[in-house]
Amino acid sequence: MLDALTHIGTLHYLLVAAILFLIGMIGVITRRNVMIIFMCIELMLSAVNLNLLAFSRLWGLHGQVFALFIAADAAAEAAVGLGILIAFFRNRTTVNVDEVDLLKW
Amino acid sequence: MPPSSTDYVRILPEIVLAVWGMAVMFAEPLLGPHTSRKGLGVFAALGCLLALGATVFQAQPAYAGFGFYNMLRVDHFSVFFHCVVILVALSTTLMSLDYLPAHKIDKGEYYALILLGAVGMCLMSSAVELVLIFIALEISSIASYILAGFRRHSAESTESAMKYFLLGSFATAFFLYGVALLFGATGSTNVFRIAEVLNTSAHIEPLAYIAVALIFTGLGFKVACAPFHIWTPDVYEGAPSPVVAFMSTAPKAAAFAVLIRLVIDTASPNWFWVIWVAAVLSMSVGNLGAILQSNIKRMLAYSSIAHAGYLMVAFASASNRELGISAAMFYSAAYAAMNVGAFAVISHMAGSHERFSSIDDYAGLGRRSPALAAALTFFLLSLIGIPITGGFFAKFYVFSAALRTHLIWLTLIGLVNSGMGSYYYLRVIVKMYMNEPRTTAPVPPVRLGVGLAIAISLIATLWLGVWPNAILHYTQGAPTILAGK
Repeated sequence: MLDALTHIGTLHYLLVAAILFLIGMIGVITRRNVMIIFMCIELMLSAVNLNLLAFSRLWGLHGQVFALFIAADAAAEAAVGLGILIAFFRNRTTVNVDEVDLLKW
Repeated sequence: MPPSSTDYVRILPEIVLAVWGMAVMFAEPLLGPHTSRKGLGVFAALGCLLALGATVFQAQPAYAGFGFYNMLRVDHFSVFFHCVVILVALSTTLMSLDYLPAHKIDKGEYYALILLGAVGMCLMSSAVELVLIFIALEISSIASYILAGFRRHSAESTESAMKYFLLGSFATAFFLYGVALLFGATGSTNVFRIAEVLNTSAHIEPLAYIAVALIFTGLGFKVACAPFHIWTPDVYEGAPSPVVAFMSTAPKAAAFAVLIRLVIDTASPNWFWVIWVAAVLSMSVGNLGAILQSNIKRMLAYSSIAHAGYLMVAFASASNRELGISAAMFYSAAYAAMNVGAFAVISHMAGSHERFSSIDDYAGLGRRSPALAAALTFFLLSLIGIPITGGFFAKFYVFSAALRTHLIWLTLIGLVNSGMGSYYYLRVIVKMYMNEPRTTAPVPPVRLGVGLAIAISLIATLWLGVWPNAILHYTQGAPTILAGK
């Protein structure tokens, strides 16, 4: 029992990543502010990075390189996402997803 | 060891598209604020033609095989999807030449984004390395997010971009999580190595099952198959019509290519029932949803969900590799041809601020503009699957592949759905020819750009419907060389 707590193995990292991913997912589903939804998606991407790094301990450097690419992609996505958010805000003056309702059914 | 010159030939179409895209970006600020950007559009169309030439050059047997240290692979499969994507990009560029000034969004970035998005889609079809697949997927997605919101002073367009962006990056996160788990379960990021591990090891890690489910969630979003289709109608309704022509066909074809390479070709565990259920759901949801629509773009959005379902039927029969995969490839090409054509007509009819996008606005088009009405009728008949159109043979090959792999129920459900689908396409045709026009205002004359785009789609649809053998023969060469068999 004590050994499981003191010795940190790959599985622990995977569990933390899974929890982080779930927190992000629940946030995307329940939050109403676009900015916070956006941050929750970033949280999910961090969970993926943590996973890749943990697996790198088993399989070698591939995972770490992949994580670098994901970090770069997250930055590109953030830039585009904020641009779209600003364009939307100029038209509707709101960032609440409940009011994103021009197009439905 | 530096990459050889053969390696560069293997990404030659991508190089051409990327260089052209960046050249358009650099030229854009040099033009004055009131200069027309049509020249840039023509320049971009030229780039597409060159990239098409590069693909043909690359198709020589000497260049087939792996390139860039097993990152990508040039084969029948990749060359086929390159041609589809580049032709769609070309038609979209041509139909945008007059659309952009009419909607006061005449900006050079638009053409650059189409070209750069096409780079991502081309790479998706040739990538065999998870990292490259992911990067290519993101290049294509990010370009599509921006294009969807390109009418940035319109609330509808920005709303559609925002919905697309939020749900798209949400789906990407699932895809990535799946990819990470697949790496963990197999110890490799190379598709062929993964296939080897999954096929040879006696015990498959439970992680691999979760990974396949997550990857399918992410890709299912990109191809708009049910139950991941919710975004499609909203995004297609709000986005500019030429952009919808682009993103309802090219990224979809590319995502199907990834699906084939990553899920079906690696013989991932348990993919069959997932695909089966997705096929039935997509066909039913798409066709039932389309019947209720009054906006033509929204109707075609639901129809694109239904068509993703028919494609899934082809995938479900991929246990017979030759039949299933070649039917899927043929279907994605035929769908691209007819859908781009339909949206070319719609983008011409849209009017300023996309006012005329209700089905009622098409009433009496047969008298107001016989040529446009005839073209739209032809594309709609092809979407139904009437003989001498590409849509007929596409459906025929898909359902015969399903029958030959003994998927009787799936075929039956598909045929019932096809019948249901013909109702809403025919409704538009009836409106065009049998109802009185709503306005007497003349339809604006068809300019060269839109005309060429319609002509390309028309020829492609007709060609696939009358002489399908050459294309079919080519697609049948693809599955045998996938997975190194």
